[in-house]
Amino acid sequence: MATTARGGNGLPILPPDPSPGMLPEFVKGLWRENPVFVQVLGMCPALAVTNTAVNGLAMGGATLFVLVCSSFLVSALRRLIPKPVRISTYIVIIATFVTVADFALQATVPAIHRELGAFISLIVVNCLILGRQEAFASKYPVGPAVADALGMGSGFLLSLTLLGGAREVLGKGALFGVSLFGPDFEPWVIMILPPGGFFMLGFLLLGFAVAKEARQKIAERAVGKEAA
Amino acid sequence: MGDPGNLVWIFVGALLVNNFTLSYFLGLCPFFGVSGRLATAFRLGLANIFVMVITSLAASFLNAFVLPHAPYLRLISFIVVVASTVQFVEMVIKKTSPALFRALGIFLPLITTNCAILALALFQTSRGYGVVEGLVFAVGAGGGLTLALVLMAGLRQEAELSSIPSMIKGTAMNLIIAGILSMAFMGFAGLFSGSG
Repeated sequence: MATTARGGNGLPILPPDPSPGMLPEFVKGLWRENPVFVQVLGMCPALAVTNTAVNGLAMGGATLFVLVCSSFLVSALRRLIPKPVRISTYIVIIATFVTVADFALQATVPAIHRELGAFISLIVVNCLILGRQEAFASKYPVGPAVADALGMGSGFLLSLTLLGGAREVLGKGALFGVSLFGPDFEPWVIMILPPGGFFMLGFLLLGFAVAKEARQKIAERAVGKEAA
Repeated sequence: MGDPGNLVWIFVGALLVNNFTLSYFLGLCPFFGVSGRLATAFRLGLANIFVMVITSLAASFLNAFVLPHAPYLRLISFIVVVASTVQFVEMVIKKTSPALFRALGIFLPLITTNCAILALALFQTSRGYGVVEGLVFAVGAGGGLTLALVLMAGLRQEAELSSIPSMIKGTAMNLIIAGILSMAFMGFAGLFSGSG
């Protein structure tokens, strides 16, 4: 445990920044830099459509698709895009792929498309996607850029599915539409309504904060023992 | 278009019943990012109303003249309109009122990525609002954003002075406050029997 703590300030020692390899770029988005739970990015879709696990999964999937495609294109074009208009260029690229995703969902799963409504189009202004273009894809070659996008997108997808699943279980007593507790369960309806989104993410973040503090205390104690 | 009862419905609906921030989860980034101080929150809200009104006009224009010929360009043209509106507003404010420009600072360009603005254009289109209805909708929605921002900023300033366990402080606490606010706003749902 002592290896994960740094002296007095209790911050975990991160491995020295690796030269952009594929695997670490992919893995970091899943947990250590998870877009929803750690960076708190892309909140609007993360809360708005996650009243069931299926909706969370669909939204996460669409975002993953848009993120990977735009990262690929931005990274491939990174030497051609003039600096002063780069943000507008990213936005147009992202908007193009969102339009593709929108039409694809409408054609394949119209029921889900209807439930997600305008939020599919709103992927354009998801700060997570624009953030990855600016912070990563515009600086690295195609390989690492796509790995980073896959990781961040999967992290987003997992978080949304987790949020949606948790809200569906509490608010409907079901998961992926399958009833879990039988007809006697009294659903906690507020959880699938808008306030439930704020509460659920708030309590999840609170849970992570408590876990982090507990881990830090254990690590500090281990360091203290070694010093003694 | 122009039926006063309908316009009131649209206005109150956007302002309270279906508040953009608290029931559609739009514009959460400024809602959590800029709600630390009351004065800044209020000014940002006003800037939002302004951009929304211009966006609404532009979206009405696009819907009437351009998009019937090329519906697949809807999203792209809207986002370009929003981005250029914000750029334009930024230049105008810089020229006419440098003091206000300094006060708004980075929040002004960030309005571009505020999903509430794009959502306004999209909702206006999908509900088939005309020019007048769109304007009323924009003012109502912008007012709703301002209301939510100001309420949140007031609550957070109050919370800073009270003793709160350190691990709840920050995002978790803000989210739970927002949840309670959102629950309070659900009470307005009874104002109208229909939902918009």
